[in-house]
Amino acid sequence: MATILIRGGHLIDPAADIDGLKDIVLNDGHVSEITEPGLTSFGKAKPSADLQIIEAKGLAVAPGLVDIHVHLREPGQGHKETIATGTAAAAAGGFTSVACMPNTTPTNDSPEITRWMQAPERGASVRVFPIGAATKSIKGEVLNDYAALKAAGAVAVTDDGHPILHDNIMREVLAKATKNGLSVIQHAEDTRMTGGCSMNAGPTAFRLGLRGMPPEAEYGLVKRDIRLVTELARKTKSSKNQPHLHVAHTSTARAVAAVREARANGLRVTCEVAPHHFLLTEEHIGAYDTNAKMNPPLRSAADRDAMIQGILDGVVDAIATDHAPHAAHEKLVEFERAPNGITGLESALGLSLRWLHQEWKMPLSRVLSLLSAQPASLLGFTGRGTLTVGSYADVVIFDPKQEWVFRSADSKSKSKNTPFDGWTMQGKVRWTISEGRVVYTGKTDS
Amino acid sequence: MPVKTPPVREADPRKPAPFAASELPSPNLSGSLLSVTSLTLPAVSEILAQATELEKEDSLKRAKRLAKRRIALLFYESSTRTRTSFELAAKGLGADTTLVSSLSSSIEKGETLKDTGLTLRSLGAEAIILRHPNSGAPWLLERETRLPVLNAGDGMHEHPSQALLDLRTMLAHLRPGVKKVNEKTLAGVTVSITGDILHSRVARSNMLLLPRLGARVILCGPSQLLPEIAAQTGPGIEVERDFAKALAQSNVVMMLRIQAERLAGLQLDLDEYKAGYQLNEERLAAHAPKALVMHPGPIVRGLELTGEVADGPQSLILEQVHHGVAIRMALVLRALTASKKKGRG
Repeated sequence: MATILIRGGHLIDPAADIDGLKDIVLNDGHVSEITEPGLTSFGKAKPSADLQIIEAKGLAVAPGLVDIHVHLREPGQGHKETIATGTAAAAAGGFTSVACMPNTTPTNDSPEITRWMQAPERGASVRVFPIGAATKSIKGEVLNDYAALKAAGAVAVTDDGHPILHDNIMREVLAKATKNGLSVIQHAEDTRMTGGCSMNAGPTAFRLGLRGMPPEAEYGLVKRDIRLVTELARKTKSSKNQPHLHVAHTSTARAVAAVREARANGLRVTCEVAPHHFLLTEEHIGAYDTNAKMNPPLRSAADRDAMIQGILDGVVDAIATDHAPHAAHEKLVEFERAPNGITGLESALGLSLRWLHQEWKMPLSRVLSLLSAQPASLLGFTGRGTLTVGSYADVVIFDPKQEWVFRSADSKSKSKNTPFDGWTMQGKVRWTISEGRVVYTGKTDS
Repeated sequence: MPVKTPPVREADPRKPAPFAASELPSPNLSGSLLSVTSLTLPAVSEILAQATELEKEDSLKRAKRLAKRRIALLFYESSTRTRTSFELAAKGLGADTTLVSSLSSSIEKGETLKDTGLTLRSLGAEAIILRHPNSGAPWLLERETRLPVLNAGDGMHEHPSQALLDLRTMLAHLRPGVKKVNEKTLAGVTVSITGDILHSRVARSNMLLLPRLGARVILCGPSQLLPEIAAQTGPGIEVERDFAKALAQSNVVMMLRIQAERLAGLQLDLDEYKAGYQLNEERLAAHAPKALVMHPGPIVRGLELTGEVADGPQSLILEQVHHGVAIRMALVLRALTASKKKGRG
C-alpha cells in the first residue's frame, strides 16, 4: 500500500475542530501526519510507486463519511445488492464506514453471519459494521446471544423493520444490550396501527385512496421505548453503563420532540434522519411513484420542516440514508404492493450540501459532522469520523462548490430505486480513501 | 457544468410540492381517463356531447365507428354494471372486446400487471379498460404499455366514468338541455354522498368533479367510514354527521354501499348504522321529498337504503345504469381516436 500525501486541500475535521488548509499523510492505513501546507516530512517529494500524491487545491478534505443505516442485502438477497456493490456505492458517495442491517436472508442472528459479512471474500470497498438482530429471525420473541455477536464485530442490535412491540421483550433487549455495551436501534412503528398502509395518513392518503400510517404509530413506540429506557436507567447505578437507545430514521415532529425531551432528562437517546425525510413530503408520491415509497413514509410538510429544524438545532445526531435497494421489477408493481425503501448512499452528501449547507446555511463542518463524526461516535467506531494522527485513513475529498446532476442509471448500486434521479447535487466526490486505499476516483467534470 | 434547467420535480422542498397530488400529471396519452382531475371542463363537455350524439345515432352506423378495433377489458375485481356497460359500449361502436379477469387467466399464475398489459398490447389491444383492487394501478399500466387506459375503478381511489355518468344523470334532471358545462352549471345544487366514503372510489371521483361545476358536496356518515380529513380532498366539500341535516340540504342524495370487502377488520354495528344512515321512505319524505336519489350500485336492499326507496319515484338508480352506456361509448371512442399512438412498439 502506497503512502498517500494529500496536498493543498482544505481539511474539515469537526471532531478535531480543524477547518483550514492542511497537508495530510496517510501511511499503512492510518493518518500519520497533519501539517501546515508544505510542511510534511515528504517536503517536495515527487510521486513514485511508494508515494501517491493527491493535489487537493480548492477541494475539501474530510473524514470519510459514516452511514449507520444501510441494507446491503447479503446474505440471501443478492439480486437487490451485494456487499461488494453496496459498498462500491458507498465509496462513490464518500462513505468509508457503513453499518448494515440484519434483515438479510437468513437474518443476522449469529457470529457466523456477522463474520461472513465482514470477510474479505465479500469484496467490500469500505468498512462494513454489521448490526446484529436483536431477536432470532427478527421475530421479537427470543433474544440472540449479544456477547457472541459483539465478539464477532456487531456494533448494535436491532430488529429494524420489525419493531419490537412487546414491552417485556424490549425491556430484555435493552437490559441485555446495555450489559454487553451495545446500542439498541429501534425502527419505531407500532405495526398494530399500520397494517395494510403504504403511505403517511392524512388528506393526501385519503385523496389517493391509500391507507395511511398515522404519525402516532412512530411517536407511540418512541415514547414507549423512552419509558423503558427511563426505567432501566433508574436501575443502572453506574453512569458508565447507561442504556443507549437509538431511534432510526425519525420522520415525525413528535418523535423528534420526544427524543429532545428524553435527552433533556439526561437519557442516552439519539436519533437519525434520512435525507428523504428532510427533503420530501408525501406529495412527492405524485402519480403513485413507488420510488417515493419507504417506511417510515414521506410525511407532511410540517413533519418535514421539523426534521430540518431538528437538524439545524442539533437534536438530530446523524444523517443516515436507510439505503434500501430493490430490483427494478420489484418496484415496478402497484404502489401498495411495492416493497418499501430507496437507495441513498450516492445522493446523501450531494443533497445535504445542496440543501442543508447551500440553501439553509448550515456550516459545512456541521453538515459533515452529521455525516461522519457524530454517527461514528454514536456507535463507537473508534478512530473513524475524524482525521487526527493515528486515526484510520478514511478520507473523502470533494469539490464543495461543484454542482452536478445525479443520474440513478450511473449508480454503482445494483438497484436504481431513488426519487432523486435528475436532482441537482452539490459537492462532487473526487476521491474516497478507505483505510489508506483509494476506493473511488470521481471524474473532474459532471 | 452548472445545470441550466432544474428538473421538473425539483423545487425548494420547503415550498409547495412541484405538483399537488390533486392534479396528478396529465396522462401521457390524451385518450386515457385515469382521474376526473385530469379532465378540463371543456373536455367534460365534449364527452357529454359525444355521449348524446352516439346515443342518438343509428346503431348500424354507430357500429362502423370502431369496426374491428380491439379493446381489452382487464378486470381484477368482480363487476356487473361497469364491465357490461363498457363491453356494450365498445361493441356498440363495432369494436372487438376481450375480457381478461383475474380468475381464469395468467394473473392467477402470478403474472404482473405490466406483463399482462404488454401481452394484451401484443395481441392487438389498442386500449385497456382496467378495474383493479390497488389504487393507482392504471398509472402503472398506462406507463408500461403506452396504451390509452380507461380507469374502471382503482382500489379506493377513483371511478371516473361513474362520476361522468352520475353527472349526466344529474344534468338530465336538473339542467335539461344544457349542452356545455362550466364552473357555474351546478351552482346552487347540493349533492350529499352518504355511507362508506372511506372505501369509495365513486365518492372520490364525484367529490373531485362536481364542485368544479359549482356544486356543493356534503359527505355524510359515521367517523369510521368518513374521516374528518375527507373534507380536505378538494374545495367545495363539507362533512355533516347528521343524516337528516344532510338530507334537508340536498338536491341529490347519493347513497353508497358499505364495502365489506375493504373494511379490513373495521368493526361496524350494522343496526346502529341503519338507525343513523339508512335511507328509508320516512326519512326521505321528511327531509328530502323532492331530491333525486342516486346509487352507483350494487345496492344492498335493507342496508344503506330500503327496497321501497330504491324502487320509489325519486330513485334514478336504473337511469344511472342507462346513462353509463352512453358515457362509456364516448370514453371508448375518445380513447381510440384521441391517442396519438406515440411510443407504440
